[in-house]
Order: sequence, then structure tokens, then C-alpha cells
Amino acid sequence: MKRLTGLLALALLLAGVMFAQSGLMITGAGATFPNPIYSKWFDQFHKSNGTQINYQPVGSGAGIKQVTDGTVDFGASDGPMNDDQLKAYRTKNGVGILHFPTVLGAAVPTYNVPGVDATLNFTPEALAGIFLGRISKWNDPAIANANKSVSLPANDIVVIHRSDGSGTTYIWTDYLSKVSADWKDKVSKGTSVNWPVGLGGKGNEGVTGLIKQTPNSIGYVELIYAAQNKIPFGTVKNSAGTFVKADLSTVSEAASGASKTMPEDFRVSITNAPGKNAYPISSFTWLLIPEKFKDTAKRDAMKNFVKWAITDGQGDVEALSYAKLPKEVVDKELKALSKVQ
Amino acid sequence: MATSSIHVPSANPVDGSRSFLSRLRSGDEIARLITFIFAASVVLLTVLLVYELWIASSLPRQKFGLAFFVTKLWDPIAEQFGALTFIYGTIVTSAVALLIAVPLGIGAAIFLAELAPQKVSDPLQFFIDLLAAVPSVIYGVLGVFIVIPLMRTVIAPTLKATLGFIPLFQGPAYGVGFFTAGIVLAIMVIPYIISVSREVLLSVPRDQREAALALGSTRWEATWKVVVPFARTGIMGSIFLALARALGETMAVTMVIGNTPAISSSLFAPGYSIAAVIANEFTEATGDIYIQSLIQLGLVLFLLTFILNGLARLLMLLTAARGSGTGRV
Repeated sequence: MKRLTGLLALALLLAGVMFAQSGLMITGAGATFPNPIYSKWFDQFHKSNGTQINYQPVGSGAGIKQVTDGTVDFGASDGPMNDDQLKAYRTKNGVGILHFPTVLGAAVPTYNVPGVDATLNFTPEALAGIFLGRISKWNDPAIANANKSVSLPANDIVVIHRSDGSGTTYIWTDYLSKVSADWKDKVSKGTSVNWPVGLGGKGNEGVTGLIKQTPNSIGYVELIYAAQNKIPFGTVKNSAGTFVKADLSTVSEAASGASKTMPEDFRVSITNAPGKNAYPISSFTWLLIPEKFKDTAKRDAMKNFVKWAITDGQGDVEALSYAKLPKEVVDKELKALSKVQ
Repeated sequence: MATSSIHVPSANPVDGSRSFLSRLRSGDEIARLITFIFAASVVLLTVLLVYELWIASSLPRQKFGLAFFVTKLWDPIAEQFGALTFIYGTIVTSAVALLIAVPLGIGAAIFLAELAPQKVSDPLQFFIDLLAAVPSVIYGVLGVFIVIPLMRTVIAPTLKATLGFIPLFQGPAYGVGFFTAGIVLAIMVIPYIISVSREVLLSVPRDQREAALALGSTRWEATWKVVVPFARTGIMGSIFLALARALGETMAVTMVIGNTPAISSSLFAPGYSIAAVIANEFTEATGDIYIQSLIQLGLVLFLLTFILNGLARLLMLLTAARGSGTGRV
């Protein structure tokens, strides 16, 4: 018994030492999509700065909820908070919350059509029609006219979408809402929607798995997932009329195209952005940072981190297949950081 | 606890013979108290669980009321929520699973307990116990890579060709769907049925078998008409366990059911189950009514398990009353 008590005391002592060493600790929660780059950033920031940031990739919705409830110091989301959510935050906390874009991502159409190896071109009308269930055959003129050199089969299209709530779905449905009035009316945008047709797969890997196994299927996945797993995907016609394949430069171009009209609070959707080579299904992902911190040490560390992430930290993002923030946006964000008090 | 024991010392003959203090010293009273707390915590946990689910789902109850159970629409954007498609999917997949797993499982248990030599039975039992311990995500992967392709290329075309006149086996087969989920669930619950049923069959007293054999029945007659009916309650218990597992299974079902909130007469059609939709949508759910509707789905699953278990127990009571005589031999 005595030995047990001794051990217990020792354990407590050790725990105390560990906590004492950790110094400043900031907690955050939210989007899963930027988690790989955030983990890398937080790790590097900890090494250079001593501040430990503990981030939990629990999903954008949960991130918004946790930062509103005050259980974490900051949140992260793939879709900007809507006006109701901002109002709820203000009522609960007495101050506002700010959005800071960190990196860019995109959603890409991927498909499995037996006998077709070529990269398929998709018009906005074709994508909206397919996901609404109106275009049901691969050789429908809406698809065939944009792919004249490919012979498409007369098979039924099987639509595959994400079954779990996700930022990728948000970007995809946000784009479809912009290019199709019908989609906006009937389905609209969100992390989970009431899909008119199709099968649901859990996560990027679930969607990819279903597409690989189901002949004549089409779905969407994150660009970084497609790039890292070498999944072929199609091009999408942008607002300038060019068929664009998603990559780091076309996604960045979508951001610079939109940055001229960037609102002060950074809550902007850059789907269907202008720009000759802008990839139309792109999006920012945001950090959600309260306007006011009670703990000034935390506030300074948080500001230092954001400043570092959007400047020096951008050097790490392309290795992980995220697109960099355009310079105009970075400059604007650096100014906005002074609002955090 | 302690005081009640003092006031009614005659309630238990052992209590009467020794004073409370001596029982305390020898540890009896302490053991009793501790085990009582452990037992009570189970009840407390259940009550707490229902209570938490209930208070955390007040909004949809106010807004949708009982319509929640009979509405098919699940639209997070329009904030319209109904549980019918999920309830349907949960029941259908579990039913398919039990239809496949019960005959297979009980048959295997009879072989292992009654007919197989011990040299065969013991190693096989080891493998079955091993199967029961495999995490469900592994069964999901098995479903994705083996059952889904098999369903699309072999099982569905064969069933359509032979039983295609029944609506259950019509319509396009994508590979994912109710039937695939049912098969994967069946594979998951069979080890439970075999393991528990085998134990129960082995515990049937030897003289029951010997009496049947002495009366001139063959080995199979003794097994089927005496041993199995004797063990019926335990076998039903194994089926409850399997049902509970099938109703609540999340990961494996999510991977193979197709995640489409729809009710279809075809078993090949994609569907959705309660556990799967909670797992899929809870993390990214925004808006109070959305989250609370998902929590209410949890409550519905709890209720469903409760009702189905109750029905099964009732069925057992009824059949036990009818077949109470052993004169069937």
C-alpha cells in the first residue's frame, strides 16, 4: 500500500513537471481539411516560439460550435460562418469573431467510365444536371458536346457524393448553387445537403472507393486527396469559358481573381471566380479568432502565429498540395490582425 | 444499505447469526456494498443516457412532434428532419442479417457442441471467438473489397435471374445497399450466435441426452428434439445479442449501405441506417435543430432496441408457455 502511494505521488510530481514545462498552451478545433498543414505549422511554431497549439480536427461545424461555446481559444472552418452564427457568437461572448484565410483548397470531379481514359471536360450545366439527376446518360449532349474527341457510352450515370458532413461538400454545393438556379432552389449549399440522386461514401476515401468499384460513376473529392493518391479527375469550365484543370496555380488564380472584391471580414466564396485560368470550384479555409482575448499572452501568441502562418508559413503549403494565399490577401490580413485585442 | 441490514437481521439467515460489525470486519458487508454499487451503476448509466438524450433533443420534439417518426424528408438546409428512412434501413438490414445469421449460427453451434469431436470443436471455437473480437471497421473493409463487388457481379444478377419476380430482388444493383449491409452484419453477428449457443448447448445436463437415447431416439433426434428445446432460452439470448449488435452497428454499415435516405422495396437499393447517419453527420452538423435531431435519432435507436428486445422476449415467453411439456420426444 505504501509503495502504491509512493508511486502515485511520483506520478503526480511527474505530471506537474510536464505541465509546468509546456508553457503557454492554446487550444483550437475545427475543419479536418487543413489539418495536415495546421499540424505541421503548429509543430514548427512550437519549436521556434515555445507556444504549444493543440488543434483537434473535429469538423467545421463542431469547430464553430466549440469556439462559440468558449471551450477552445480559436476555431477553424472550411465554410465562413453565416450571419446567424456570427450573431449567436456576439450574443454569447459580447464581442465579434474574425475570419482569417490560411490556405486554399478545391474540389474536383472524378469519374469511372469504362473505355474512357481521356480527361473529361465538364460544363457547369453538365455538372448541375448530373447531380440534379436530370442528365442520366453519359452520352447526353450536355456532356458529349464538351468532349467531342471522346466516345461516351449510353450507360446510366451513377452519382457518388460524400455522406459525412464536409467542407468539400460545402465547396461543391456552393459552386452548383452559383451556376444553377435550380440547384439553389431545390438543394442549396451546406456541409450536408438533401441530395436529389446518388450514393454516399464516407470521406474522400469512401467516395473514391465507390467510384473505383462502380462503373459509370461520377463524384467529387478534395484536390489534395486526388493529387496525393494520383486519382485522375476532369476539367471544369470557368466563368471565362476556359476548361481548367485544378492545380496549385489555377486555384491560387481563383483567389487573386476574387481578392479584388474581398470584403473586410474575409467571408467570401471564391467559387466560379473570374480570371482566365481560375479554377471555379476553389475555396479558402479560415481560422476563426475572437476579437478579444482575456489572456494577453495568448492573444499575442495567437497573433504571432497567424502572422507567421500567412507569411513564412506559406512556404510549406505547396509541398502538401494546398494552394498559397495571394499576396493581396496576405497584406489585407496583416492589417486586419490589429483588430484582435 | 447498512442500516436496513441492521433493522432486519432475520431477512437473511446468515445476517442473523453474525453481528453487523463482525460482518463488516470480515469484509462481507463491504463486498456487498461495493458489488451493489457496481450493479446499480448499470441502471444509473442507462437512466442517465436516456435522460441526456431526452433533454438534448427538445427542439425537434417541439417542432416535429410524432411526425418525426413518419416523415421521410431529411434536409439539413431547409431544417426539415424525419427519421422514417433511417428506421426502415436499420430494421431491414438487421432483419436480413438475422435471417442469414440465425440458421447458420445455430447450425454451426449444434455441430460444434453435439456432433463434432472435441479435437475439432475446440480449435474451431478459438477461431470463432477470434472473429467476435475483430473490430467492425475490418468487416467494413471486407464488405467494400469483397462483398460489394461480389454483390454487383454475382449475387445480384443470380438472384434477379431466379427470384426476380419478387419486388425484393428487382431494380439496379450498385453493389452497396440493404442486402450488402445485411450480409456484412450477418458475418459480424454469427460468431456471437455460435459462441453463446454452443456454451448453452454444452451446459444441457447429460442425463437429458442419455434419457432420450435410452428411449430409442437416434443421436440427431436426441439433439434436435431434446437438447435444442432444452437450451432454447439461451439460444434466444444469443439471438438478442446478435440483434442488438446489428441494430447499433455503425462503421461497417456506413461503409456498405450506400448512405442514401430512401425507402425502396428492393433489397439491392441503397439505404441508410440510424447509426450510420449519426456517425456521418454529427461532426459537421451546424444549427441547434440539426444537432438535436441527430440526438433524437439516437433516442429513436435506443427506443427501437428496447421495443425489439421486448417483442423478442414476449415471443419467447409465449413459445415457452406453449411448448412447456417435454412430451415431444
